[in-house]
Amino acid sequence: MLLNVQGQETYCYTGGKAFNPELPTVVFIHGAQHDHSVWALQTRYFAHHGFGVLAVDLPGHGRSKGSPLGSVEALADWLLALLDTAGVQKAALVGHSMGSLIALEAAYRAPGRITRLALVGTAYPMKVSDVLLEASLNEEQTAIDMVNIWSHSTMAQKPSCPGPGFHVMGGNQRLMQYVSRRNPAKVFHTDFSACNNYSNGEAAAKSIGCPALLLLGTRDMMTPPRATATLAKAINGARVVHIDNCGHNLMAEQPDAVLDNLYGFMKG
Amino acid sequence: MSAPKYPGFDTLSLHAGAAPDPATGARATPIYLSTSFVFKDSDHAASLFNMERAGHVYSRISNPTNAVLEERIAALEGGVAGLAVASGQAAMHLGLATIAGAGSHVVASRALYGGSQNLLAYTMKRFGIETTFVDPRDLDAWRKAIRPNTKVLFGETLGNPGLDVLDIPKVAAIAHEHYLPLMVDSTFTTPYLLRPFDHGADLLFHSATKFLCGHGTAIGGLLVDGGTFDWQQAYEKTGHFAELCEPYDGFHGMVFSEESSVAPFSLRARREGLRDFGAVMSPHNAFAILQGIETLSLRMDRHVANTRKIVEFLAVHPAVDSVSYPELESHPDHALAKTLLPKGCGAVFSFSIKGDRAAGRRFVESLKVFSHLANVGDAKSLVIHPASTTHFRVPTEQLAASGITEGTMRLSIGLEDADDLIEDLGRGLKAAQKGA
Repeated sequence: MLLNVQGQETYCYTGGKAFNPELPTVVFIHGAQHDHSVWALQTRYFAHHGFGVLAVDLPGHGRSKGSPLGSVEALADWLLALLDTAGVQKAALVGHSMGSLIALEAAYRAPGRITRLALVGTAYPMKVSDVLLEASLNEEQTAIDMVNIWSHSTMAQKPSCPGPGFHVMGGNQRLMQYVSRRNPAKVFHTDFSACNNYSNGEAAAKSIGCPALLLLGTRDMMTPPRATATLAKAINGARVVHIDNCGHNLMAEQPDAVLDNLYGFMKG
Repeated sequence: MSAPKYPGFDTLSLHAGAAPDPATGARATPIYLSTSFVFKDSDHAASLFNMERAGHVYSRISNPTNAVLEERIAALEGGVAGLAVASGQAAMHLGLATIAGAGSHVVASRALYGGSQNLLAYTMKRFGIETTFVDPRDLDAWRKAIRPNTKVLFGETLGNPGLDVLDIPKVAAIAHEHYLPLMVDSTFTTPYLLRPFDHGADLLFHSATKFLCGHGTAIGGLLVDGGTFDWQQAYEKTGHFAELCEPYDGFHGMVFSEESSVAPFSLRARREGLRDFGAVMSPHNAFAILQGIETLSLRMDRHVANTRKIVEFLAVHPAVDSVSYPELESHPDHALAKTLLPKGCGAVFSFSIKGDRAAGRRFVESLKVFSHLANVGDAKSLVIHPASTTHFRVPTEQLAASGITEGTMRLSIGLEDADDLIEDLGRGLKAAQKGA
């Protein structure tokens, strides 16, 4: 589905069904240098089980036009504008990595509109090493390789994603290259800078009044579970779930566990 | 902080796609000879059928043993997905049929394996898919052959029978200028000698029967998606590839390019091609091919080392007219081979002995170590004399047009001791010349 958000054409995957704003809406927000397709094995199920699904391509990512936005705060405002455009008053948010910060900040900015908050592969502060920041600016392929290697816990994801026969690391590498090809405007560096510079996480976390779920991979090297302590402590009543045999690419490495936890959480 | 590294080729050859079996702890990949797989409940069943969840339903669509092989070859090639099918021919057909239909056009190298040439020139034509064959070395011919209805460019990494080295970077650039993918047959080179996606190809396939299996025990094909081609962009620019970018009535109105930004081709190939054409690989064969891949680099190094010794022997033998191997300076693609194939140009090549068809027959019939049969890529050395077998009905003058003489021999060099192979060939050459 194409929407015009803040004057730019914006793509949302709707789970293989036409989006119906009358249904409870779940918005899926991808992380740095990604697009909607990272949620393939979660979104389609939600859309066929009673939810309206908006899996966004953030500005300048994948099929969405425009430039990538340089701060988590700007991305949160953009997300709320997207809800307005889609005719959605209230929604649950699911964010992965950088997307989790966007979801958190959006919930802080519009507490009355966010019904549930699921943060997948999250951390705060989400500091990016100087080496990686530098690589994302000047050697993008090196940055892609670093992140791809650090995001996976095994050479054999089962049942694989989006299905048997697919090579998860290869798919993730190509997806990041695809985002670069579609938009050569240093998307990766802009995303990483937004993560690195975000400083409102603790205040935002303390403000959360809706149910919150933190889904963490036990073998995540990008956002290790220990880096989630601040958020887990600050969000009142946050439920923390650790998924075994899982790195940072949780949605592809353990798709069923992620789906089952998210779906159970959203059904309340 | 040191930069992390991807696992190396040999590590991937042994581990990619496979983990100890969670049910039994079996370290080797089990052969899952099961047609079908139990659903947890009705909702699980429905979600598998609708691609809401990933998993196995029926072995024509996917199978756990085959999936290990598919994921392994994708990892070795640097691709996003593999599809295990019944044969190399099935892999080629699946690759073409996923993106081409009646009214489509293919531009193909004319230096192809006979089966591929047949499929394109005659069989696909019967289904409305036309092919223009071009000299693979003539880049202008590739460009000029492209029509508004062209869907793919196709060639072999090492062409048949003269081992024409496909200039993948340049042919891929021509394809991409026209928003078209390049598909290659990588059978002779394997990912150990050449990774076509690194050079611009978008799709590739193997007759896994050959070097990947490596022991002449199983027929199989592997189609691999590089994940490099932007099908949606091509659709928006040219209107091609609606199969991937518009709702597919045959699968719940799914738009494959929305489901996966980088692998819509593989989704369609599996969800339509394996489902409907049904050219599935037996899990037994997948196991045999996996066993072969575990030692691929070791075997290919030996295949190439033996081949080099034999080429050297033949190139100066007085009973030999010519040897066609790209590592020889006399080969027209010698310079390109040095760039694309630094580890070697494979272990299948042709040479011509002096004399007529009878001389060729005497040569073949006097060999003791080489097996006379129609295959390549076995651990055992193989020989075939086209003029008395595959091309026995073809008049001499027409043979020449195919780059074959009455004395042309195709060898597939195995893993035996090179000295024994050279002695065997020397015996054959002596016998060939006796009646001259």
